[in-house]
Amino acid sequence: MDMDRKKSSNWLYQLTFVGPSAIFFFLIVAVPFFLGLYYSFTSWNGISKHVTWVGLNNYIHIFTKDPDFLNSFWFTVKFTVLGVVLTNVLGFILAYLLTKPLATRNVMRTVFFMPHVIGGLLLGFIWQFIFVRGFQSIGGPFFSLPWLGTEATSFWAIVIVFIWQNSGYLMVIYISSLGAIPSSLIEAAKVDGASRKQVLRHIILPLVMPGVTVCLFLAISWSFKLFDLNLSLTKGGPFKSTESVALNIYNEAFNISRFGMGSAKAIIFFIIVAIISILQVRATKSREVEV
Amino acid sequence: MDTIKKYRSSYFLIEIILIMLGLMFLVPFYFLLVNSVKEFGEILTNSAGWPAAYKWSNYTEAWTKTTFPQAFGNSLIITILSNALLVLMCSMAAYRMVRHATLFNRLLYGAFVAAMVIPFQSLMIPLVKVVSTLGVMDTRTGLVLCYLGFGAPITVFLLHGFVKTVPIDIEEAGRVDGSSTFGIFFRLVLPLMQPIIVTVIILNTLWIWNDYLMPSLILQSPEMRTIPIATYAFFGQFTKQWDLALPGLVLGIAPVVIFFLAMQKYIIEGIAQGSVKG
Repeated sequence: MDMDRKKSSNWLYQLTFVGPSAIFFFLIVAVPFFLGLYYSFTSWNGISKHVTWVGLNNYIHIFTKDPDFLNSFWFTVKFTVLGVVLTNVLGFILAYLLTKPLATRNVMRTVFFMPHVIGGLLLGFIWQFIFVRGFQSIGGPFFSLPWLGTEATSFWAIVIVFIWQNSGYLMVIYISSLGAIPSSLIEAAKVDGASRKQVLRHIILPLVMPGVTVCLFLAISWSFKLFDLNLSLTKGGPFKSTESVALNIYNEAFNISRFGMGSAKAIIFFIIVAIISILQVRATKSREVEV
Repeated sequence: MDTIKKYRSSYFLIEIILIMLGLMFLVPFYFLLVNSVKEFGEILTNSAGWPAAYKWSNYTEAWTKTTFPQAFGNSLIITILSNALLVLMCSMAAYRMVRHATLFNRLLYGAFVAAMVIPFQSLMIPLVKVVSTLGVMDTRTGLVLCYLGFGAPITVFLLHGFVKTVPIDIEEAGRVDGSSTFGIFFRLVLPLMQPIIVTVIILNTLWIWNDYLMPSLILQSPEMRTIPIATYAFFGQFTKQWDLALPGLVLGIAPVVIFFLAMQKYIIEGIAQGSVKG
């Protein structure tokens, strides 16, 4: 009798504590995920009641007859490499300088972080104005370039805004991992006659590796999934040259209503993101040092 | 690193470099603000300079044309509701998963962690179908539902890591006092989770408030629009009409910038906290 009551109350607790999260996760993540996997083998258009099974045709089509997707993929890879390296380098430099006892330290942290709180969509629109009108008014060969008009400059335009938006966020993470380094270690190295460069290279950098793991992970994830900024700044143009994978999937499904094909692209996208995440976390974790 | 060092002269140089860089970071805001109060003609001929005359009516016009009050209200309701429910249900789930690590709970937690790598773009197409099957398409409820489901994995993950550090002795003391499981959770454990809850709320607020893609798929009626969707629609309608578009953008970013400036201490700390766990 007592056992039964305990058992049923245990069920009640399981249901109230874990139930809601489990149900919403199931409905919004698990079901769409497997449904998407199924759609990727069909030629469904999103509306029709008839869903035709086409096997691997969508996947074959994507890899053999869809240069736009492959181009968007190539664009995203190039963008990710540049975006990740530049935001991390700038973020780290800012953090390194801002851990020094400067008078303007707190104000500067606020300034560098601020762009991040504004969403990518609005930032893209703001920068559209900067590139189209603001830069022109500054003048000079660099600023007078047709920034959003050519393929090469549009690419760099997105990179610039991405750096402006995200370096400050990575800076905050680097500041906290720099702050976690025991100052006794640095003092000891200095006493032993290590130069400032040697301290940075052999003490600070290895100990900042956990922060690097986090920052690389975030920057890769942001840049590989680039969407909002892309949509509002260039809309993938000119001539689809700056179309990210996410935007390509979106257009496939919601502009030309090929849900089956879009789903196949979405699955490919997922597989790539998953592989990158696993590889990257594994690679940086192995370089972390315990204090 | 030690902060109580003496101020060296080399710092002065660093300070100057950082201030210059900081000004470069602020230039876009300068362009946005000064041009938002200019006549259309002046924006074209003199975008870099200070406005010759302030045309505040740009703002009143943008205010009505973006349906700003409505969009702001929608964003606010959706962000607050999603945040409150996410924190409540995920802290309960995380607590239970740590304290009752049954096979089911461990598998579910594993699924949550694995799902964190799924990009939203990989779910969005079938999600539209699921939401319309549930009959909540084009409603704020439907959108909040999506945030609960899509936000659950990362939120549970962050809270789970924290609950593991909460000493169990406190709960045992509560149990001796005869408190129920609910009582122990709400009166003893939840208050201890406050620091990580602040972090979670900050991260989820920045995400939900600024999100464009998910609401653009779920909400269609103009009166449902959140700030990013309203801005997108407005910008599409008035492209190159900068004297309307710019004040519209200022209105769009104002709430989140003000929120940030008021709460920056918590936001910057919260992000540093959350990333250590992530």
